Amino acid sequence: MSNRVEFKLWLAHRISGMALGFFVMVHLAGMIIAIQGGLSSSEILQRTSGNYAWGLFYSLFTIAAAVHSSIGLRTVAREVLGWKGVSANVVLSSFFLGLCFVGLSAVGGLVL
Amino acid sequence: MKTNRDKKEYWASFVQRWSGVALALFLPFHFMVLSLILQGEQVLDGFLYWAEAPLIKLAEGGLVGLLAVHLLGGLRLLIIEFFAWKEWQGYLIAIAVTGAAAAGCLFLLRAF
Amino acid sequence: MEKNKNEKQVSVSIWRGDKEGSFEVFEVPFIEEQTVLDLLTHVQRNIDNSLSYRFACRVGMCGSCAMQINGKPRWTCRTLVSSVIRDGELKLEPLSNLPVVKDLVVDMEPFFEKWQAAKGRFEPSDSLVQEFAPIKPKDKIRQKADEAIECINCGCCYAACDVVESNPAYLGPAALNRAWSLINDVKDSANTERLKAVSGDGGCQNCHTNSQCVARCPVLINPTRSIAGLKKYVSLATLKGDI
Repeated sequence: MSNRVEFKLWLAHRISGMALGFFVMVHLAGMIIAIQGGLSSSEILQRTSGNYAWGLFYSLFTIAAAVHSSIGLRTVAREVLGWKGVSANVVLSSFFLGLCFVGLSAVGGLVL
Repeated sequence: MKTNRDKKEYWASFVQRWSGVALALFLPFHFMVLSLILQGEQVLDGFLYWAEAPLIKLAEGGLVGLLAVHLLGGLRLLIIEFFAWKEWQGYLIAIAVTGAAAAGCLFLLRAF
Repeated sequence: MEKNKNEKQVSVSIWRGDKEGSFEVFEVPFIEEQTVLDLLTHVQRNIDNSLSYRFACRVGMCGSCAMQINGKPRWTCRTLVSSVIRDGELKLEPLSNLPVVKDLVVDMEPFFEKWQAAKGRFEPSDSLVQEFAPIKPKDKIRQKADEAIECINCGCCYAACDVVESNPAYLGPAALNRAWSLINDVKDSANTERLKAVSGDGGCQNCHTNSQCVARCPVLINPTRSIAGLKKYVSLATLKGDI
């Protein structure tokens, strides 16, 4: 038994899902409020610049979203395309790392 | 394609999977747009101005709907998988669909 | 045109061959209260005795006669032709997700191998039991076992499952449902091994709650509920470091 990696990935997917449940509700409420009357970068920066709590929230959000979407896509790739094994794992790990990098850079850019 | 599609649970899983894929594929673009802030406020503002177009706002409303349905559908799965089985859990699908439609509409109301 | 009941015909399209083959159409007289098994018997005895299909008890208690009837897995002995016929036509195929041996007969070996792989058999305790476990009928844990225990391994749920189709490693609803009934059997001693067995590559985490198994089980078992129970037990055991 390969240390039950598949089960642990599923568990990570579910736990990140629980976290996202909370993060997304806050995000959706926030977005619905924020977009009224249009959106501009100065408006965004007013809310986010120097706001470390915001930065922490969205950093955790980004990582949870990256974990959740990568594992989810991996399952879809296996079941719909029959794509599994090393190549699938490499591509999806790259997707995960890419999302973390771009997402966290964006958060950094908005806070710092 | 199998002809035995006689349960709403099948469609709940179908929507969960494909809304997830759509969101996962959208996420890199979303992060890349936000990271435009690193290139300067004007660059992000340029994009935000383009995104004011009604068709884009409509598409964004659709994305909000997809996010909400995936969230509520996900909550349904977490309830089924981590709590004791209860017959009322059958209503969670209807709740998910209604909630998602509401979220999408609310977004569009605020956007226009 | 006047037709009396006995002249009404059913056009039944039956799979012939193994995984390579084709459908052969037979015209069979329609009789009220006729089951699909009656229809197959008629074909085999009166029209083409080379047709292969399985049955045993004829009364819905052995599970041998399962096959795809108009695309859905059912028992032929308990399916009235009148309830499944569409525009006077019927299509019979071997059970999905299993290798075809001949015509309507499938190889059930992979199904039973997965049953064993999920540790779907009772393991007694190593030593002599000093005191018997007093299991009262209203006991909540026993009720969970009882809800899952009526399975007669017909394979309908396995044939209906989309994940079984798309993931060859997946153990399937029947095997996992049996494992669940044993996990809730306090007399059994193999729960640690069983929890590991149901969470390997083909384990319970593959279930997407599509509930096609629930839709098709002729004995009204709910494998989705059992598998959800397994997910919870395995998650708790994993997080606690027990397995």
